[in-house]
Amino acid sequence: MRRLTPYLLILPGGLWLAVFLVVPMVFMASVSTQEGDVVNGFAQTFAFSNYTDALARYQTQFLRSAGYGLAGTVLAVLLAYPVAYWIAFRGGARKSTYLLLVLLPFFVSFVLRTVSWKFLLADDGMLLGPLKSAGLLAADFHVLQTTTAVIGGLVYNYLPFMILPIYVSLERVDPSVVEAARDLYASRAGAFTRVVLPLSLPGIFAGVLMTFVPMTSDYVNAAILGGPANTMIGNIIQTEYLVNNDYPVGAALSFTLMAVMLAGIFAYARVLGTENVLEAAAR
Amino acid sequence: MSDTQAGTGAAAAAPGLSPVPAIELDGVVKEYVARGEVVQAVRGVTLGIAAGEFFSLLGPSGCGKTTTMRMIAGFEEPSRGAVRLHGHDVTDVPPDKRDVNMVFQSYALFPHMDVRENVAFGLRRRKVAEAEIRRRVGEMLEIVDLTGREKRRPRELSGGQQQRVALARALVNKPRALLLDEPLGALDLKLRQAMQVELKRIQREVGVTFVYVTHDQNEALTMSERIAVMNDGLVEQLATPREVYERPATPFVAGFIGTSNLLTGTVERIDGSTAVLPLGAGGRVLVERGGRQAGDAVVVTVRPEKITISAGEPEGNLSAVRGTVSEVVYLGTSTSYAVGLAGGEEVTVFQQNAHDGITTAERGDSVWLSWQQQYSYAIGS
Ligand SMILES: Nc1ncnc2c1ncn2[C@@H]1O[C@H](COP(=O)(O)OP(=O)(O)O)[C@@H](O)[C@H]1O
Ligand SMILES: [Mg+2]
Repeated sequence: MRRLTPYLLILPGGLWLAVFLVVPMVFMASVSTQEGDVVNGFAQTFAFSNYTDALARYQTQFLRSAGYGLAGTVLAVLLAYPVAYWIAFRGGARKSTYLLLVLLPFFVSFVLRTVSWKFLLADDGMLLGPLKSAGLLAADFHVLQTTTAVIGGLVYNYLPFMILPIYVSLERVDPSVVEAARDLYASRAGAFTRVVLPLSLPGIFAGVLMTFVPMTSDYVNAAILGGPANTMIGNIIQTEYLVNNDYPVGAALSFTLMAVMLAGIFAYARVLGTENVLEAAAR
Repeated sequence: MSDTQAGTGAAAAAPGLSPVPAIELDGVVKEYVARGEVVQAVRGVTLGIAAGEFFSLLGPSGCGKTTTMRMIAGFEEPSRGAVRLHGHDVTDVPPDKRDVNMVFQSYALFPHMDVRENVAFGLRRRKVAEAEIRRRVGEMLEIVDLTGREKRRPRELSGGQQQRVALARALVNKPRALLLDEPLGALDLKLRQAMQVELKRIQREVGVTFVYVTHDQNEALTMSERIAVMNDGLVEQLATPREVYERPATPFVAGFIGTSNLLTGTVERIDGSTAVLPLGAGGRVLVERGGRQAGDAVVVTVRPEKITISAGEPEGNLSAVRGTVSEVVYLGTSTSYAVGLAGGEEVTVFQQNAHDGITTAERGDSVWLSWQQQYSYAIGS
């Protein structure tokens, strides 16, 4: 009985994963190689051409999504690091208050927050309107329906996922280690690049994983803040499923996206996830 | 307290050593503002540490030892006063530009680097040539007995080994002075004693000035050439271990260093070079006269191991007081007695267990305590 206990403990969670993750995945994998339409039904024909067709048709959106995800992730690192650093080293007794502030947006629905950005950034909205009537901006200046708006929205929505892991890794850095670096003739900048930064790389690493994946597959920001030129692969998948009812193509696109991201993550983990990189960065 | 400080000639270097002190603190004060209140962690310390000296800052927790050391290292700027290293004023110089290195209480090793890179860190920052770095790091690891552990990470080492990496990492830079903040505090007793010997050996070998912070009086007494005993942000006495132990400058020093008995009395008469203080029923304490007159109040300290216990009144010209044994503790090589005097004072006595472990008195016994005049030391004389 005692030896069975660990297995019994993972049973509820394991069942949950099996029913709600593995089963739909297998089902969708099967759908992705079927042919037909909603009216006459779909039949399994092992049509792997669904994949090549989908990729050929939506190559632009694929590349755009990866580009937006990459740009958004880089921007998020640059914005999140100083915030996390400040909370970890200067936050003093109010650290948890600042962390709560970082998380505060999560108390409001993701879509609602993005829609409110649409109001804020509207061509004659509360931000651009006054600037335009004051003559500070050209009348046809706009933010919405641009790449800037979409990437800005992505960064805004996923920033906390970057701040938190970086904060956690910085919080674990013993301040006396930084003093030791200063004592051993490192300048302020040197102590940062050779001690603080390498010790926080695991946090950056985790933050990148936690933001790049959802940013790349996001469709809400492109749908609300972007225009036709900003369509991401998430929007295409949504359209194929819910508008065109072309389930096989939607499924094939989803699996392609998943495969590409998994490959990217593994490559990234292989290159950055080892201690040797930390060591090299610190020398 | 300030007159005691001046009286011990704190700023002067120890005799026989280099005339320009390696480290000088000149009226150093450090104030912190905590919750709107000004806290004086260090309240005016003036002292000089000679080159090559093993110098200890000794005092209870919170007396300002770490703060004093951090001002020497450059992590804290004094609110008032000056810090000089080899005659140069470094009060405003940042830590990376000071020729001293620190061994941190928690070691503060770089967790992402192996032993070799930890030790090489300072040399790399100073752009020392790679070949020389290899040579010096190798030499240093040999001195601290860590050869063969170059590729280990700090977390893969024992506490004692981490301690030695921290030491090597500082010493490899050949600093003018090494600052050690309770470096053995995290080690267990056996290892701590072994490391004390080890530290002394290393200090002799490299000849660097050691400034050693500790709250452990035994450690300070056995290792140091001179000790500054600190209390509440001030130096109460700066002297050799023997002097601090035998001739404590203040009641605080007498109480903090080892076990010591404090007896307060008034000089009744002067008998040649001896001042006699009556104490309790028929008891008397003899102390060197010095400048004392009849009627002066005196605080006398006497160490527990100098006192003899006897059942009857001792013969001869001795200090002798009466009391009742309230506690007997067998300690192996010695026995410790607590004896309550008639006036309410409690006196501790250590007796060697020379013969068959037979104790000379039992709880509740009425006894005489006696000691020679030379073991009575009037505090502040
Ligand atoms: N950064 C600080 N802010 C406020 N008070 C401090 C600070 N550092 C030390 N103190 C206070 O100064 C006093 C001396 O501290 P410290 O030098 O660490 O003593 P020690 O090392 O002898 O134990 C203590 O009362 C401590 O609380
Ligand atoms: Mg301390």
